Amino acid sequence: MSSNDSTSKTLIVAFSLCIVCSIIVSAAAVMLKPIQEVNKTLDRKRNILAAAGMLDESKSVDEQFAQISTRVVDLRTGKFADEAIDAGKYDQRKAAKDPQQSVALGADQDIAKVARREDYALVYLVEDPQGEIDKIILPVHGAGLWSTLYGFVALEPDATTVAGIGFYEHGETPGLGGEVDNPRWKALWHGKEVYRDGQATIGLIKGSVDAASPNAPWQIDGLAGATLTSNGVTKLVQFWLGENGFQPFLNNLLEGEA
Amino acid sequence: METVKETLTGPIFKNNPIALQILGICSALAVTSSMQVTLVMCVALTLVTAFSSMSIAAIRNHIPGSIRIIVQMVIIASLVIVVDQVLKAYAYGISKQLSVFVGLIITNCIVMGRAEAYAMKNPPLASFMDGIGNGLGYSVVLISVAFIREIFGAGKLMGFEILPLVTDGGWYVPNGMLLLPPSAFFLIGGFIWVLRSVRKEQVETPDFKIAKHTAVGEGA
Repeated sequence: MSSNDSTSKTLIVAFSLCIVCSIIVSAAAVMLKPIQEVNKTLDRKRNILAAAGMLDESKSVDEQFAQISTRVVDLRTGKFADEAIDAGKYDQRKAAKDPQQSVALGADQDIAKVARREDYALVYLVEDPQGEIDKIILPVHGAGLWSTLYGFVALEPDATTVAGIGFYEHGETPGLGGEVDNPRWKALWHGKEVYRDGQATIGLIKGSVDAASPNAPWQIDGLAGATLTSNGVTKLVQFWLGENGFQPFLNNLLEGEA
Repeated sequence: METVKETLTGPIFKNNPIALQILGICSALAVTSSMQVTLVMCVALTLVTAFSSMSIAAIRNHIPGSIRIIVQMVIIASLVIVVDQVLKAYAYGISKQLSVFVGLIITNCIVMGRAEAYAMKNPPLASFMDGIGNGLGYSVVLISVAFIREIFGAGKLMGFEILPLVTDGGWYVPNGMLLLPPSAFFLIGGFIWVLRSVRKEQVETPDFKIAKHTAVGEGA
């Protein structure tokens, strides 16, 4: 046994073990990569469809996604910029961290606590057979209580009525903040208004919305027991639909100048 | 020499890694809020323990004493990465929910504990069985915890509604605390209590006893 503890044996064992293990690990990673990529894209498409309330589990996601066109928007000008970026390869999250492709937000602008905003964003337009826009799906993200929430907001063609919302990634407390995934709560967003006198006003309130109140069209029930997540959701929606987010683009779109 | 059957079934109740050895508690708290995730985690941990024990046992006579822990870690970590990659490819939704916890199997004391305590001294096949057995022991505790947490915390089992919730128009007010990790402490504690009431030999002898006080004073 003592020969096992000699320096050369130790080195040989360590070295050969590392080689064998790295071969196994890299083989697994390389061989499974294509399937993983497919899963990731599929998952994103499913979330986009779900946010727009169009997801039908009985049909394949790709088939349903065929009626959605992915466009690039330059958030600085609020215009389409499909030629600037290849939408298929663009990683929006990476871009938001890259100083070359994003802009730092001042403390007063950064209500959603995202720190930097990317210059280009991908938006998804649902078009009817005549080529008219049926729904506008916008990516949103921002800080909740524990985590950053990532999701999509879908708007009707008037660019102010909400068609749906959904978060595909978050780490909020299950049962409390995690109720952002509750279909019944998500359904409350349907038909609400985003803008009031040009301001993104939509937000969650404490408790339930009084349907008779004049403010009701801009209000959504808060999440019980999750004040900070509720505030986070309000802020992130207001930020991304506000003047530093997609509002210039939406205005251009309405005027046909995007 | 233990028989294969004893190696396999011993860790389930007689020598349960969580209840008797108090290993692997952290992941037992983290992943047990839903049954589906728990099952995947149990399978992942069982496979990692079994295969890492087997590989370590296969080369146990060549592992230098000075780097044996590192050698074990490298094997365990490689297997965990492979499991993680497989989950990402074939069970994407669940791997998203499990997030870091698959990676944390590396630090799960059960895997390491079995490698060091059993696989270093026993042949590969027996070590493999020992790994499966301990994985099953871990699974028994996790599944019972997840069962209680999901039913009473969310009114569901495997995502199917069992107790209709008030928020969905039913009658059951869920116990939100059961969805938070600390609740698993109480449940695991209860599990250990029940187990040790049935199997008295698992009760540990106290390290010391408080002596009767001997001060003789006047009054209080």
